[in-house]
Amino acid sequence: MSDVQSSPAESLMAEPEPIINDFQIMIATVNGSGSQTANTALLRAIFRMGIPISGKNIFPSNIQGLPTWFTIRVSKDGYIARMEDVHIMVAMNRDTFEEDVQKVTSGGICLYRSEWKVREDREDITYYALPVKDLIDELDVPGNLKSYVENMIYVGALATIIEIDLDDIGFALDFHFGGRAKPINMNMAAVRAGYEWAQDNLAKRDPFKVARMDKTDGMLLLDGNSAGALGAVFGGVSFIAWYPITPSTGMIDAVRAYLADMRTDPNTGDATYAIVQAEDELAAIGMVIGAGWAGARAMTSTSGPGMSLMSEFAGLAYFAEIPSVIWNVQRMGPSTGLPTRTSQGDVLAAYFLGHGDTKHPVLFPNDLSEAFEFGWKAFDLAEQLQTLVFVLSDLDLGMNLWMSKPFAYPDVPMDRGKLVTAEDIEREGKFWRYEDKDGDGIAARTLPGTDHPLAAYFVRGTGHDERAIYSERSEDWLANMARLNRKFDTGRGLVPQPVVDQVAGAAIGIIAYGTSDGCVIEGRDRLQAEHRLATSYLRLRALPLNDVTRKFIANHDRIYVVENNSDGQMAMILRMEYPELAGRIVSLAFADGMPLSPRWMVNALLEQE
Amino acid sequence: MGARTNELGLTRNDYKGRPSTLCAGCGHNSISNQIIAVAYEMGLNQHDVIKLSGIGCSSKSPAYFLGRSHGFNALHGRMPSIATGATTANRDLIAVGVSGDGDTGSIGLGQFKHMIRRNVPIVYIVENNGVYALTKGQFSATADIGQKLKYAGINEMPPIDICMEALIDNASFVARSFAGDPTQVRELLKAAISHKGTAVLDIISPCVTFNNHETSSKSYPYGKSHQESLQDITYIPMYDPIIIDVMEPGQVQAVEMHDGSHVVLKKLDPTKHDPTNRLAAMQLLEEARAKEQFITGLIYVDETQKTLPELSHMVKTPLAHLPNETLRPPREALAKVMDRLVCCD
Repeated sequence: MSDVQSSPAESLMAEPEPIINDFQIMIATVNGSGSQTANTALLRAIFRMGIPISGKNIFPSNIQGLPTWFTIRVSKDGYIARMEDVHIMVAMNRDTFEEDVQKVTSGGICLYRSEWKVREDREDITYYALPVKDLIDELDVPGNLKSYVENMIYVGALATIIEIDLDDIGFALDFHFGGRAKPINMNMAAVRAGYEWAQDNLAKRDPFKVARMDKTDGMLLLDGNSAGALGAVFGGVSFIAWYPITPSTGMIDAVRAYLADMRTDPNTGDATYAIVQAEDELAAIGMVIGAGWAGARAMTSTSGPGMSLMSEFAGLAYFAEIPSVIWNVQRMGPSTGLPTRTSQGDVLAAYFLGHGDTKHPVLFPNDLSEAFEFGWKAFDLAEQLQTLVFVLSDLDLGMNLWMSKPFAYPDVPMDRGKLVTAEDIEREGKFWRYEDKDGDGIAARTLPGTDHPLAAYFVRGTGHDERAIYSERSEDWLANMARLNRKFDTGRGLVPQPVVDQVAGAAIGIIAYGTSDGCVIEGRDRLQAEHRLATSYLRLRALPLNDVTRKFIANHDRIYVVENNSDGQMAMILRMEYPELAGRIVSLAFADGMPLSPRWMVNALLEQE
Repeated sequence: MGARTNELGLTRNDYKGRPSTLCAGCGHNSISNQIIAVAYEMGLNQHDVIKLSGIGCSSKSPAYFLGRSHGFNALHGRMPSIATGATTANRDLIAVGVSGDGDTGSIGLGQFKHMIRRNVPIVYIVENNGVYALTKGQFSATADIGQKLKYAGINEMPPIDICMEALIDNASFVARSFAGDPTQVRELLKAAISHKGTAVLDIISPCVTFNNHETSSKSYPYGKSHQESLQDITYIPMYDPIIIDVMEPGQVQAVEMHDGSHVVLKKLDPTKHDPTNRLAAMQLLEEARAKEQFITGLIYVDETQKTLPELSHMVKTPLAHLPNETLRPPREALAKVMDRLVCCD
């Protein structure tokens, strides 16, 4: 296998310092080949060894046959941002082999299939040729499952090369197959075949290895869509309408499974919820608003194109003041864009969705815990403020596996907002739907079905007065819009507040939100360590903004707004909200379909300094 | 002498809404009046009713009846989705929707058909006049070939037949009437309210301002001369001398509604139409179209079809009334999920 390699003795002498728990693996396969099981098993095995990891599936908008890549970043320091370097390439797709080899960082590894008979052109990397076909043929695997199970051969070989414990791989497969012995044994046999062949035939000539740590004890691995879904369940969701769209569909799959498990009446077997697959996103949000009006905790989950279709209803929900929740798992737009690639490109669209003077609270979860937390909190906010609330996740958070501490049970009871009952009306002697009795802009509502002659009101998207009666009077219009603004201002204090790390003496402040957090955390460490540049950091968790953010901007000479879109959408909102501070705000925005990397951030920031 | 009251002790006036702002003589007002009359006669609890609509002249009308019912004036063509959400969130509500031919036949055709496919529990009234009146007189998709409008000229495209569309989508209740026949409108409304799924009621409702001349099949003069009554319907004993005059014992057919009430159909010709036969219903509509007639009456009914709340296998308690303890699973439930996911013991 090593016609271009040096002899074992020389390589032993030349063996560099080991690189432990700090590298990235990339696995190149074809989509539809079943490699996801193998890749997830690898990820989970390393995770179980106590080593922080993060995984990303980079897949095409296609069912079968196109190239797909899976990256596993192993980071003893716990960094989870995307990194460009590939130290270990597992090249299992002949069509992309030449391209994949070029991705390997100098000094790295390329593990590939020996039956290809390709040239090992690069002298600065180590090649390992793996006889996948021969090994799988020796195993007792049914023909139809061969191409699926053969992925386990590279898992086994890699276990030898970087010293992953086979017990941990066994555990990962057990978890994946829910303890079912037959598939576990079949796959484990292939893992062993690859492992043993590598033990007997490969001389290790690279520095990469894993070594057990204790940094993942008590932690879990999950995707953001599932975390958000679980949050919605603990938020008491009772009505869901949706239309299939990547990358949000997984959220509905997850919520359906959790609800079936936790929200079925034990006596009757009946559901305490309903899920309707709508004919399009427009109908989905209409159903959500109908259900929210009638008193359900209602949500939909979608992505950019679906959110565009929801625009007119979003304006109605704002103006008619109907509690409702939209999860937007963002993908790359404009238009159909890159449906299987991530972005933070829907910030402006979500904030202002609808025509006329419309605006909505928007929440930005950065990790699994916040996806869970905002999953339940969004319903409280929607009912407290009687309005549409957005949660902006993205493909990177939604569809990839992340580490997390176990989620915290909601620390406050469900808040159903200002609800007026028949008894309340009897006592008061009147009910006006849009009367601002408390001065916070939030008027109390009745639910349909309230048994009192004065309880009813008429929801309309047209101009209305305090009693919800149709009105074209300018005074009524102005009073209503002023109240809606008052309510929006009340919301500034109710939405999740920013997380601030103010560093004494730092002239530079960074503002980011959502999944860009991982990039900023690592980027700041590098700026400090490599360039002696101290930075403060404010992570926005929601719109609308409040004084915390204004003060943070005012306290720094320059503010860099780091985000995963092209136009610098949050920077625009900040400049618009604080025109007196606009001169300090510099946009660092980038979107190529991949999550932001710290290397990009550091370079982009230093260019401005 | 005090005003007459119904079984709830309410007068007919208690079922009124705000004064209508539609044109005097508009067919829609007549329909609103029949809704008021029927709700009064049936003794409906107004708080059990939700009134829904889309956008257009017809969709304004829910403000003009049942003033003690919650109402929702939705978006153009999107009332079905609001109805779907509301009736799923609270399955005890009786939904009465009012739409128009533009709202249902054009912008809302997709939602209309999917609502029917799901058999959402709602009385879905289409006040059909073949014209966009609020925007001052464009043709709608139900306009007839050869129809003339001052604004739009002559229509050369074939009309969409609301009842045929409903039948094709497996509607469980399809009826047609004429706003100028209040007796029949009331009968069909009662039957529709008693029906448990989607009840489509296409009511030709002439526009007095933009579309009320002889060339339009949605005009009073046309309606009066071309209306062919399919059946006479008596829901409860009702005074109707003309109907009673022509009834023959052999010509009566009873259809049981889900609540046990009966709609009694009186056919003009018992060999002519069986309202439980979908194919016959389609043929009837097709033949009427060929003869340039519109037929009125109960065209099709199927009481066995399951509704969306039934298909959703939901608890009997309306979702909207479930207590917080039911909605939010307990602390232990989260702990169980977390335990399953956590890596290392």
